[in-house]
Amino acid sequence: MSKDQVSKALGTGVVIEALGVESMTGAESIAPEHMGRGARPSTQYVPDVTHAPVALQREVETFLFRQAALLDARRWQEWIELFADDGVYWMPVAPEQTDWLGEPSIFAEDRLLMEVRMGRLGHPNAWSQAAAWGTNHLVGNVVIESVEADTVRVYSRFQMMELRRDTLRHFGGSYRHTLRRGANGSFAIELQRVDMMNGQAAYDYVLQAWV
Amino acid sequence: MNLTALVEPDRVHRSVYTDPAIFDLEMAHIWEKTWVYCGHESQVPKVGDYWTLQIGRQPMVMVRDQDGSVRVLYNRCPHRGVELCGNQKGNTGKAFVCSYHAWTFHLDGRVRAIPLMKGYEGTRMTTDNPDCSMKAAARVDSYRGFVFASLSAEGPSLAEFLGDARVAFDDMCDRSPVGEVEVVPVCHRVIQHSNWKFFMENQLDALHPSVTHQSTGVPARRIENRVKAEQGSAPLFFHYLSTFASSFDQWDSVQTVNFPKGHGILKGYMGLRPTDPDTLEHEAQLKAAYGEEKTEEYLSRSIHHVLVYPYLSVQSPLQQLRCLRPMAANKTLSEIWHFRLKGAPEAIYRRALWYYNLVNSPATMINADDLENWTKGQWGLESKGGEWVSFHRNYGGDTERDGVIYSNNGTSEAVMRSQFRAWAEYMAPALAQTVVA
Repeated sequence: MSKDQVSKALGTGVVIEALGVESMTGAESIAPEHMGRGARPSTQYVPDVTHAPVALQREVETFLFRQAALLDARRWQEWIELFADDGVYWMPVAPEQTDWLGEPSIFAEDRLLMEVRMGRLGHPNAWSQAAAWGTNHLVGNVVIESVEADTVRVYSRFQMMELRRDTLRHFGGSYRHTLRRGANGSFAIELQRVDMMNGQAAYDYVLQAWV
Repeated sequence: MNLTALVEPDRVHRSVYTDPAIFDLEMAHIWEKTWVYCGHESQVPKVGDYWTLQIGRQPMVMVRDQDGSVRVLYNRCPHRGVELCGNQKGNTGKAFVCSYHAWTFHLDGRVRAIPLMKGYEGTRMTTDNPDCSMKAAARVDSYRGFVFASLSAEGPSLAEFLGDARVAFDDMCDRSPVGEVEVVPVCHRVIQHSNWKFFMENQLDALHPSVTHQSTGVPARRIENRVKAEQGSAPLFFHYLSTFASSFDQWDSVQTVNFPKGHGILKGYMGLRPTDPDTLEHEAQLKAAYGEEKTEEYLSRSIHHVLVYPYLSVQSPLQQLRCLRPMAANKTLSEIWHFRLKGAPEAIYRRALWYYNLVNSPATMINADDLENWTKGQWGLESKGGEWVSFHRNYGGDTERDGVIYSNNGTSEAVMRSQFRAWAEYMAPALAQTVVA
């Protein structure tokens, strides 16, 4: 093709004019019931907000930070003792789950089952614990959702980095704590709910300890 | 080395776990020929519901068609090859629509419309050409709601493939008063950094639990006993964990039954037939539905796991199922499912749910140590520290009747020997032609 012909071809063209909003796209004309293969509404939980006193906010934050620090330090017994006698640690599969006893979970543990897991982690022949292993939590975005009598509901977000042998994994999600102030004045955890952002993604290896 | 030399009756060469070329042959000669589990019908209840899955190296989609049937299709647009379903699961409406050029397909894969069809006039790519449609799995069949597909038009039927291992699905479904289960719509997925064979061998390996799982079994037993002393009885879920720490002798008394084609059963050991009110209510339901004799037959089957070789471990008494999707010689994806017994009391579901959460979830107190073994096993077999993998325990000490091998010792490595017998049969065509340097 000579230069002239290319010039000639480039000398003509079309302008695609904007269509009305009711017009179908090419894809819709082929499959009018096309909609519904893309974006889905989020089921992510958004916290309620209450205006709590600053002192309470600081107290709750400090409690949550220490909770995470005990996990990172592998001081399991002290961590378990943060829980009320009837306290529950629950990591559901999806944010819309509500029943820790009736729905498939990643963790669903009362104090006795926490004790089993602690026994496992500390057993001299917990083979998978032989590998160098540690975690680092960062807790933030702490929102007090409600304060009723001696019970505080609090929402927060976490990031957790985990090193196992030479492999790093990165987890993130939200905590929802129900904290009850006991007779001694300190908080006990009634419920620590952990919603992993990647709760239904494929796990590369598994989780051995609480998040 | 000639491949035929890799499998001997009492040992196998390490390369069958590690060599990527052998892995490719397995995908071609086992996975992409035999019947492979796709999912349960209740995973796709409504028209257009789909689940994507791998059969060997092939991306497939299981979908509910408008006529109510379940189809299994290659998840691939015949135009330029783009995968049609963009998520692991979802609903695609009445048609698959390609995101690239809007070719559309009926739910059975037949082409429905192509944009600007005139442009194909005079070419061989017109809608009467089957190449214009999504390719379907050569064969799809199901047993009691469990859907399987074969990418080969030839070979045994699903019933012939399953053989006696079909008891996995009977034992699950017969526990429902209406004879059916439905999936709990959660699939845990865990990646194993090991060859798929590690998992399959481990499922019926009765020697490993008291070694590998002592760290969980021992504290579980301590707390189970304490709760029993304090309250008279302990919830069954402690027993799920504590039995792992049984003695070698106890494990040696649990028999394995090894079928042709590598399938097998580890007989029951957890005594899952308590006499609490929930269980009795459930049994009464079954008796009303099936009569005394059938109910007794159903509930007295001694089963812990049923293996459907080479990819399923079905824990029928607890309605759980794990399915392997191999990704590479050293990488395997496991899908972990739980089912509800239709019509059975909620308490029976909740009791089994504890096992799903404690043993089979991604925070498992049991598989954490299995996965560690398999990873280290893979690393060890990749080394030149030795060439052979030993399956000598009780070699020559099992009983074979009508092609079924019954171990006389629970810890007999009959399981692995039987699995490799099946492996060699599947791989025979490849073994004959292929020589690996």
